[in-house]
Amino acid sequence: MTFQHVEGTDKGRIVLYSLSTCMWCRMAKNLLRDLGIGYEYIDVDSLQAEEKDAVKKEIKKWNPDGSYPTIIINDKECVSGFDEAEIREKIK
Amino acid sequence: MSGTTERPEVTPEEVERVFKKLDQEAESAGYHLNPDKEFTLGLIEGMLVNERRYGYWACPCRLASGKKSEDLDIICPCDYRDADLSEYGACFCALYVSQEVVDGRRKARRIPERRPAEKLSGASEAPAESPGARPFEGKPAAQDAARAEAPGGSATPDPTDLRYPVWRCKVCGYLCARDGPPEVCPICKARKERFERFL
Repeated sequence: MTFQHVEGTDKGRIVLYSLSTCMWCRMAKNLLRDLGIGYEYIDVDSLQAEEKDAVKKEIKKWNPDGSYPTIIINDKECVSGFDEAEIREKIK
Repeated sequence: MSGTTERPEVTPEEVERVFKKLDQEAESAGYHLNPDKEFTLGLIEGMLVNERRYGYWACPCRLASGKKSEDLDIICPCDYRDADLSEYGACFCALYVSQEVVDGRRKARRIPERRPAEKLSGASEAPAESPGARPFEGKPAAQDAARAEAPGGSATPDPTDLRYPVWRCKVCGYLCARDGPPEVCPICKARKERFERFL
């Protein structure tokens, strides 16, 4: 699976599953950028079918709705959908 | 960065043109696009990207399967828009918002996914009439009570057999079958409170 890396302060492993067409995902990326936090992301809509299925399954483990953006923090916590306050709170 | 090389270009001019058309259509039918124009243009761009990819306007904030028959319910405007507008003041992606949001009295924010789980997993064998597939989740008790009061008597069809209540605009007579009346009558623009339960 090919994650895109965005350089920034190390706050642990921050993984963002996003859609390239989704404005809420864009807001999540912008927020992380503005906070200067390092993270990695995958635009799931840009993946090939088999990869897409694997990623969907992974997302569902954390977020049963399978909605975007889904942010997984240190393999421990998840933010489902874009909520600025929750993202700020969970990534400290 | 994340774009695939085969994706055809969507131009700002095209996005602006579609925005104008959608805005006009929305306003003429009692709906409103999100007044945050940059946000709205971004969503429209996403829909046009999806149109290039799949051949239809799949919701930009949901992952489409690419099979039209499986994605029909999330082609914009999606099956869930009006229920989400009524409950949250915005549709799932917030392309469409209620008057309250336009006026700044309410904020469009993330909302739960109303799309039934069996559709989310892309299972094509999901029965179309499963309870979860019903776009509007009403309050059965309230509906039954309302049905009991509804006019109709013993003439067929029995209104209690209807899957949705029918609402009538008292101004122009427009009828619609959904859990609640629309915010604004799409025909004569009368407001929600001018609707009555018809069946």
